[in-house]
Amino acid sequence: MDTQFLLSLVVGISVGGVAGFLGSLMLGRRMALVAGPLGHLTLPGIALAVMYGFDVSLGAFPFVILGIVLIWLFEMRTKLPMEALTAIVFASGVAIAFLLLPIKQAEAALVGDITKVSFAEAAVSVILILLLFSVVKKIYSKIVLINISEELAKSEKIGIRKYNLIYLGSIAIIVALGVKMVGGLLTAALVAIPASSARNLSRNLAQYAFGAMIIGIISSSMGILLYKITGFPAGPLIILANASIFLISLIFKR
Amino acid sequence: MEIESILKVTNLSVVLDNQSIIENLSFEVKRGDALTILGPNGAGKSVLLRTLLGLIPHGGEIEWAKAIKIGYVPQRLPFIKDIPLSIKDFFNLKGAPEKEIEAILNSVGFTEDFSRKKIGDLSSGQFQRVLIAWGLVGNPQVLLFDEPMTGVDISAEETIYNLLAKLKEEMDLTILLVTHDLSVVYKFSTNVICLNRQPICYGPPQEVLTPESLQKLYGGGIRYYQHKH
Repeated sequence: MDTQFLLSLVVGISVGGVAGFLGSLMLGRRMALVAGPLGHLTLPGIALAVMYGFDVSLGAFPFVILGIVLIWLFEMRTKLPMEALTAIVFASGVAIAFLLLPIKQAEAALVGDITKVSFAEAAVSVILILLLFSVVKKIYSKIVLINISEELAKSEKIGIRKYNLIYLGSIAIIVALGVKMVGGLLTAALVAIPASSARNLSRNLAQYAFGAMIIGIISSSMGILLYKITGFPAGPLIILANASIFLISLIFKR
Repeated sequence: MEIESILKVTNLSVVLDNQSIIENLSFEVKRGDALTILGPNGAGKSVLLRTLLGLIPHGGEIEWAKAIKIGYVPQRLPFIKDIPLSIKDFFNLKGAPEKEIEAILNSVGFTEDFSRKKIGDLSSGQFQRVLIAWGLVGNPQVLLFDEPMTGVDISAEETIYNLLAKLKEEMDLTILLVTHDLSVVYKFSTNVICLNRQPICYGPPQEVLTPESLQKLYGGGIRYYQHKH
């Protein structure tokens, strides 16, 4: 087996798995679609990365952070629902992106490409993912309680702002890593679909959270294997593998 | 010997979004009391409970007894069914140890393996009891109970108050209870606050719930009857 393929697989599995895990929290707060606009907002950053030849995630990251900070500030200052805020912030991002993006080089930005990932890039991604996993695992039950009821969380003396900030920061990192894998347009699917499938199949929190992670891992592996066999871009294949698992989960819905 | 004071509220006022929700409310709760907060929808009852918990900024003074442990049962949790959560998971969110979960579930009338049940599969009455049990984790001395307006049928509601009365006895609880149900007030409480933004009456229900005060609380058209038990 060639090294390049192995590297892609390692990155795919780790990013896909943790995206699913984190996605299980986002689905709870009806925030799964936030990753969509966040992905779109990364497009200007990806455009810059493509134009000047540096890492796509690196280009994407500052833009996601900017978006997250804006959401966080807006949420504190207004009581608009998160979805409305993201729509405002990120529609602007997409608009800017289309002014900047060189159309000929757009494919990597739009649907991602991890099949050319370098060893250094893979190493950095995996380290970040491991850190992210431990952070998300640590805040998981607190965020679940906040998702259920902020009031109840407050009555348990949980610092909601602090946990929300860590949570949003985690989303930023997964989006920045996700865009490299499936592109700015499809990142939302990477977090939303595994969690949706897992919700159909699980009866408790552990099954749900780790189920979403396992489904993320399986669909990323399947997508990358299918790329190897068919030569189609890996990003869309990963998403389609995810969607297929979701369809199957509907049959076994509990 | 004088009974220990658990809570003393003086001239409490709450303003939310430039709207006055509670004005000039004073009352005291002693150990073992069951205080009901009675009033129409939008009277500020739930806001009062949340203010007492320290969740809402307020004017005036709220003095809880030192080192008091408070359990809180919210009115409803609309988002809890968004994710698959077993009863045990729900209790784990509060960091409750396994043994305590079983014991508390038992005390609200559930059997052993009930904790594996999915929250989404519970009836509204069962869910209400789970919420009460959740409020009792950590052995609080005071329970703040916000009555659900919808979702609990009459027979279940009946047992909820019997259950609260039983728990109050067994666990030596002081209870603050929000309700809009007059019969509950008579059956259950030592004191009642009638609240419609401003305090309208305060005292033992048999003394302060007069046709006049109820008229003032709910406006015209309320059918008045006193329960004899």
